[in-house]
Amino acid sequence: MTDTPDTRAAKATPDRVARKIKGLSDRAIAWIFVGPTIFLLLAINIFPLIWTVNLSFTNFRANRPNRDVDYVGLRNYERILTDSDIWLNMQATAHFLFWTIFFQVLIGFTLAYLINKKFKGNDLWTTIIVLPMMLSPAVVGNFWKFLYQPQIGLFNYIVAFISGKDPSSFEMLGSVQLAPWSIVIVDTWMWTPFVMLICLAGLRSIPDYIYEAAEVDRASKLRQFFTITIPMVLPFLMLAVLFRGIENFKMFDLVVQLTGGGPGSTTELTSINLKREAFEKWRTGYASAYAIILFVTVFGLASIYVKALNKVKER
Amino acid sequence: MKHLKLASASALSIAAASFASSAQAQELTLCWAAWDPANALVELSKEFEEQSGISMSFEFIPWPNFADRMLNELNSGGQLCDLLIGDSQWIGGGAENGHYVKLNDFFDAEGISMDDFAEATVYAYSTWPKGTPNYYALPAMGDANGWFYRKDWFAREDIQAAYKEATGQDLREPQSQREMLQIAQFFQGREIDGKTVYGASIFTERGSEGITMGVTSALYPWGFKYENTPGSYDMDGAVNSPEAVEALEFYKEFYETATPPGYTNSYMGESLDAFKSGQVAMAMNWFAFFPGLYADPATGGDKIDFFVNPPQNQAGSTLGGQGISVVAYSDKQDQALEYIKWFANPDVQAKWWSLGGYSAHNSVLNDPGFKDSAPFAGDFLEAMGSVQDFWQEPAYAELLLAMQKRLHDYVVADQGTAQEALDKLVEDWTEVFEDEGKL
Repeated sequence: MTDTPDTRAAKATPDRVARKIKGLSDRAIAWIFVGPTIFLLLAINIFPLIWTVNLSFTNFRANRPNRDVDYVGLRNYERILTDSDIWLNMQATAHFLFWTIFFQVLIGFTLAYLINKKFKGNDLWTTIIVLPMMLSPAVVGNFWKFLYQPQIGLFNYIVAFISGKDPSSFEMLGSVQLAPWSIVIVDTWMWTPFVMLICLAGLRSIPDYIYEAAEVDRASKLRQFFTITIPMVLPFLMLAVLFRGIENFKMFDLVVQLTGGGPGSTTELTSINLKREAFEKWRTGYASAYAIILFVTVFGLASIYVKALNKVKER
Repeated sequence: MKHLKLASASALSIAAASFASSAQAQELTLCWAAWDPANALVELSKEFEEQSGISMSFEFIPWPNFADRMLNELNSGGQLCDLLIGDSQWIGGGAENGHYVKLNDFFDAEGISMDDFAEATVYAYSTWPKGTPNYYALPAMGDANGWFYRKDWFAREDIQAAYKEATGQDLREPQSQREMLQIAQFFQGREIDGKTVYGASIFTERGSEGITMGVTSALYPWGFKYENTPGSYDMDGAVNSPEAVEALEFYKEFYETATPPGYTNSYMGESLDAFKSGQVAMAMNWFAFFPGLYADPATGGDKIDFFVNPPQNQAGSTLGGQGISVVAYSDKQDQALEYIKWFANPDVQAKWWSLGGYSAHNSVLNDPGFKDSAPFAGDFLEAMGSVQDFWQEPAYAELLLAMQKRLHDYVVADQGTAQEALDKLVEDWTEVFEDEGKL
């Protein structure tokens, strides 16, 4: 018998187990291996999801277990979708999502393009650039809070130095106009390196011979960039956008540390609002409906996006 | 022999288990917020440990997370706390949801009379439904929102002269809300000893209860009422009355014209920091912090003085403070009740005040020497005579979060008018009470 991993595994199987397995079909053995995972998946993901759908049609409150639970039909959904405050939260989320992804892709790709060039200290710069994403969001939130402090914050002093304004004349976290941008800046600072790394992987996956062939055809650098680099990096970029989009749709910790959703409700993203409904107001049924709406939105958008991504890959 | 060994092992196990269980029963966990009075309580409780042989452990949660953490603990039937010094607003939920042990029978059996405690504190911290003789807590820590100021700045002749010139009035402890704003505006952006200072630090925090506690300190002196008729939940015309609108506009003006830049999300800690760092002439905060402020080497002692929340149309202060309750899920309720019995003792209450806790016991408050026992003692008594509290309903968290949102939207984010903010608040609260089946 040849010595392969399969034969080695067969030899290592204790006789008692081997005898028991002997009577089982391949399909049964496969189920034995996959079964626990499927069970866990059902218990941890699918059952809670079904239970949440069920709760979303009730007025259940987790802090009042003794109170009668009534089925209220679609009332929770109706209340959420007609609540102007929730639409404002959605707008705040959309603003955050769009601009963070825009800046992260723009800066991340630029950095990846620069880092991809061979120069002295290349590795050191890569390490320095990826440092922010290694930090905890809570830590980042806290220290940016200090950086944004109007009286002592470094950020205000730098802006004041450039613009000639008084540092305490503007409040990044306290102003309705500036607060949405303050969270965009911090998230961009923290997560641009992640986009950069994905783009870098994309850039390094482009074979040199394609550029060499373009050089032979006397294609300009600009033409090479738009006809080789961008199309070949695009699937990677789209993947980065998908990851960041999903992450930022559920953004919570960083924004809570920075603004707590304020001033007013200017930076109250849907996840913050959902947490307040579910675990501060304890409107469990209502919050379940809210969560389902968000789930369907993300799932729907992500499905469309993944289809588009696959089409780009196929090209 | 084998049986003998087995029997011995079993006996040993049982003995070890009962020893462990008895050792466990001799330890009580008390939960409260992490702040100055909590340290005083640790000191005070040493006496209980000596007398009873029960050792005390403490779980102190920082204020911003206190409500979240403790209410989650209670809602999940957790056994972390045997005793809980919970906020006054939790009493409705604590009683109706069965989180707190009803103490009437225990009080009767031990001869603890609620008449021995200040009436306002018994009403606010102990009773549910409000004002009925159903007690779920013993008043533990009297508190209200008050003010403190830089006495040394107020006493300086150059500043007094500048104030007189600017306003035509003498600089003194403010006698009304409007006068307080005028003083704060006078100090705003002023140079004192080469440093720019600001008027006052007020509560603007969004996440927990901060801005509500701050704004109600203006609403109550203007005559704010939660309902037209107590117990009827008819809020339209009371919550959004012209007086309430005026008070809210006043608070916004205070925030915009007399507070340091960047104080958009400020509560207890930020208020203390602003004052201790010499940034502000005045600051609002709970009386509980006043002993620590007075003892502060940099800005305490001769440099500080205190005043009660000034009246406007009437006297009014925002109630703070808490009662101590026995958690219904604790399996050490007897020991917990023993602690409450000890804590209700007048001698212990006197020591509690001397250590920096605010006793609500009449024997302490009515003592002829009480007013002079601390520079803020008289103000505390005055404040407790006109306190008002937020809703104490089981749905208090929803009511509070709605108010936090409406107030912060208007005061800090500058969205809409005061009238709109209060009208929306009435709508929010109406919806909550409808869900509760009370409307």
